Amino acid sequence: MSGPAPWRLSAREVAAAVRDGSLSPGDAADAGFAGPGARFEGEVHALLASDASARKAAAARVPRDGVLAGVPVLLKDNLCTVDHPTTCGSRILEGWRSPYDATVVRRLREAGAVVVGKGNMDEFAMGSSTEWSAFGPTRNPYDPSRVPGGSSGGPAAAVAYGLVPVALGSDTGGSVRQPAAFCGVYGLKPTYGRLSRYGLVAFGSSLDQVGVFARHVGDVAEVYRAVAGSDPFDASMLEGPAPDVSGWAAGVRGLRFGWPANLWREGVDGAIVAALERAASWLERAGATRVPFEFLPGAFAVAAYYLLATAEASSNLARFDGVRYGLRMRSDELATLYTRTRGAGFGPEVRRRILLGTYALSAGYHDAFYLKAQRARTRIAHEYAAAFARCDWMLMPVTPSLPFRLGEKTADPLAMYLSDVFTIGANLAGIPGLSVPMGLEASGLPVSVQLVGPADAEPVLLRAARALEAEGDERNIPPGHEKEFAWPGKR
Amino acid sequence: MAWEAVIGLECHVQLRTRTKMFCGCPVAYGSEPNTNVCPVCLGLPGALPRTNAAALAFALRLGVALGCTIRAESVFARKNYFYPDMPKNYQITQYERTLCEGGALPLAREGGGRAIALTRIHCEEDAGKSFHPERQGDRRWSRVDLNRAGVPLLELVTEPVLRSPAECAAFLTELRRLVRWLGVSDGDMEKGQLRCDANVSLRPTGSTTLGTKTELKNLNSIKGVERGVAAEIARQTALLDAGERVRQATLLYDADHERLAVMRMKEHAHDYRYFPDPDLPVLRVSEAQRAEATAASPELPWAREARYRDALELPAYDAAVLTESRDLGDYYEACVPPGEPKLASNWVMTEVMRVLKTRDWSVAEWAARVPAPRLRELLARVAARELPGPVAKQVFAWFLEQDGSVAELLERHGVRVAGGDEELLPIVRAVLDENPGPVAQVLAGRDATFGFLVGQAMKKSGGQAVPQVLQRLLREELAARTPRP
Amino acid sequence: MAIDRAEAARIAELARLDLPESELDRVAAQLSQVLDFVARLDELDLEGLEPTAFAPPHAALRADLPDGRTLEPGAATASAPEAEFGYFIVPPVVENLEP
Repeated sequence: MSGPAPWRLSAREVAAAVRDGSLSPGDAADAGFAGPGARFEGEVHALLASDASARKAAAARVPRDGVLAGVPVLLKDNLCTVDHPTTCGSRILEGWRSPYDATVVRRLREAGAVVVGKGNMDEFAMGSSTEWSAFGPTRNPYDPSRVPGGSSGGPAAAVAYGLVPVALGSDTGGSVRQPAAFCGVYGLKPTYGRLSRYGLVAFGSSLDQVGVFARHVGDVAEVYRAVAGSDPFDASMLEGPAPDVSGWAAGVRGLRFGWPANLWREGVDGAIVAALERAASWLERAGATRVPFEFLPGAFAVAAYYLLATAEASSNLARFDGVRYGLRMRSDELATLYTRTRGAGFGPEVRRRILLGTYALSAGYHDAFYLKAQRARTRIAHEYAAAFARCDWMLMPVTPSLPFRLGEKTADPLAMYLSDVFTIGANLAGIPGLSVPMGLEASGLPVSVQLVGPADAEPVLLRAARALEAEGDERNIPPGHEKEFAWPGKR
Repeated sequence: MAWEAVIGLECHVQLRTRTKMFCGCPVAYGSEPNTNVCPVCLGLPGALPRTNAAALAFALRLGVALGCTIRAESVFARKNYFYPDMPKNYQITQYERTLCEGGALPLAREGGGRAIALTRIHCEEDAGKSFHPERQGDRRWSRVDLNRAGVPLLELVTEPVLRSPAECAAFLTELRRLVRWLGVSDGDMEKGQLRCDANVSLRPTGSTTLGTKTELKNLNSIKGVERGVAAEIARQTALLDAGERVRQATLLYDADHERLAVMRMKEHAHDYRYFPDPDLPVLRVSEAQRAEATAASPELPWAREARYRDALELPAYDAAVLTESRDLGDYYEACVPPGEPKLASNWVMTEVMRVLKTRDWSVAEWAARVPAPRLRELLARVAARELPGPVAKQVFAWFLEQDGSVAELLERHGVRVAGGDEELLPIVRAVLDENPGPVAQVLAGRDATFGFLVGQAMKKSGGQAVPQVLQRLLREELAARTPRP
Repeated sequence: MAIDRAEAARIAELARLDLPESELDRVAAQLSQVLDFVARLDELDLEGLEPTAFAPPHAALRADLPDGRTLEPGAATASAPEAEFGYFIVPPVVENLEP
């Protein structure tokens, strides 16, 4: 076939080519591995598992008429798959193979997508840099001395460097949006209850949502459409069909976006503030109206989050005990089998959060911590609801900083937690957020902005993101790879 | 000093749903280990629960029968503790906002007749089973089977109002009858479908304060409850009489050796860190669901037992036996001929129940063979004195093996029933004529000889006469032959 | 809010986590730091607010029917660290009885 190499194509272009027979699913699935994968994976380490024979077998079974026919996808390693191990980036699940596919994975396969492997992540999705993976960190493809963000750093980096056009991650406090921002790709955290969590290994059950990475807004919409919608195996989902995102290119004329500038008055990188101004002006140019207002600072959300997410996690991760699956540290005594297995199987950040969550729930502290955090959560949801009475979505930073260096925050847990200060609110309120790349700043690092909307506002967020995409120029070009990474900016 | 026992029970009732509480795995007893399991009940990473509607319906049925207050919104919570038969290392249960509150279980008359107040009933999932340690050389291990993990349970907690081991046994007996009656559980304690723990404390008789309580586990039969509680009361009495203190403890009752053992407890063992399960929505019960459950509530066993005693005038023993199960009671009622409740009771309690016992049949199996109208027809003819006892019993025996109405069976087997006066009168007269000696004795007041005459007449009728009719005719004829003074 | 060494050890036991003696102080300090940060929730006006306990609950209950997920015999124990004759094998589960 003529035209760009298959790995440069969007997911929709791959599917069209597979459907019309000009590209085989096998070639589509292999393309990223032969091209950019061969050049960057060794340095970036986005992958935890990639089984070429599983990929080949999956490609051979692709339904040719599927909307994602032949589209290679990478899955964060906390999504259960029958054909690849699912480790959650943890020693305690090393080599574990799920007997079932997560619902979103099953839906991707039914739509024709080919699972090409599992992406690296912070252990059990606890982290913001992918440095807490038990199997070594992922590096930012734009600057290997910097982190790709986290916890879904592997999938974000793989989409950025061209291994796959789309990937799935999970977002409990920003784990899709923040790495998407650090890697210069789109990252959608959908409304809580719109994507099934069945088969997503739980971290904070009331906060976890599966999210989508892509290099194009249209691909985000296509993947969302394929995986969203209720699932009898997940009782925490919203009723009725997921919102229709087919109008993602409809423009933003007549819509209003919130501008809570108090949030970035201090402590936010100048390049990010500049990107916010640029995004606002582009949206205005596209016909939207800016509505300035003050909004509740994110530190409250961070405080509530680190009690709730850890409380839920302490219970969710109790099942990893060396009895039915995963790592076992041998012992003649049950009590020490548990403590040794869990002590050896979990890394330092996971241990820390389990301890914090255990403490927050334990007798005598339950009301002071857990219950108070749940009430704070209600308050935060009210704040968002009040804001969305005045606008269709809010424009805000994804992160306070550009990608930081490896090792910069691992010694200071709180500093790491605060890198999620702009993303956590959406998880607490159960509302959608979308990370939108705004090109590279002067030093060549990606810079992004975040769109946050009320529940089921995915169609509006995608329209706004598309308006920004259409205004944007060629971007997402890692230094030294300009030719390789000449993504078509406008399409 | 005289001591009074204060006992509260915590009972677990396994529901007889087809599938488990939160997944579609079968609820079955005696399967190969770890074969009725799926990602959900195995606690695999990523699996999520979804509540079984039938479990809620059963819980409502029991709650309504016991007069509980049903909460419109109740909450599933996680009870966190590590145990190898608890796959997620937390149990999904209800804690602060449980489905049912209050209510009471009335004990049968022989159980003291008191209504035992309940604190609450809540829904939860069962644990799997771990087996007694095995040993081979230095190696010791336990086996774990998770087939039972996730089976729906109701936990029913009484107020501390029971006063004696016998009352505890009566409570469990009544509870077992009720859950079976309502069809919510098979209530087989041997299979663990009904289990019980007891909290026991003593106080000086007449006092209103509560003493230190101990918890008794492993009371897995009605006898076990009675004996275990009695043993614990004896143990505490001995301590208190000796001027010692009862220490808070959990004890295991070893039914085989009839003794109690104290379990060692770690200091922090009981910090269950309950919190609402984020995977499960609030459990809603609409006003309509509640009304429906109330409307569908059957006549309850204790009400029916009272009706059998009071309206049908059955002896208390009969009323209790016939309301042992709803099937039996329903069957009994369906075969009572007009005005003959005691006759039907006799037949059901002796003939029918003997067959159930010898063939190990359920009432349903019996009723499939002998539908109630069939037995009612037989009993009606017995009541009308149309069938002699041996013939009726013979017909009953034929019922088991053959189809057909009473008349058809008699016809098929060539059995004639000589029932009418015109048919029997000649026989009676002939017997009197042929036995002048005995007749004279009877006439002289020796009534014992009357039986001989009845026997002769029965013989002459070929065994086909109804004895009561024969007796009447004999008396009438004898009276006619009595010499007038 | 400060967590001391003993408290850290108590929580670790509750969570069944082996925490080396040498780590106790550091973990206690880190947890204390996070709890200090969390204390800012006291600045929020939470008067009259119900706790959010779970996401919006709408899901209907499940019909009492098999759902096709029950595993094939042998599959449950296939990835177990130790299994025998279809059972999971663990160190002896004993009720701790006082002598």
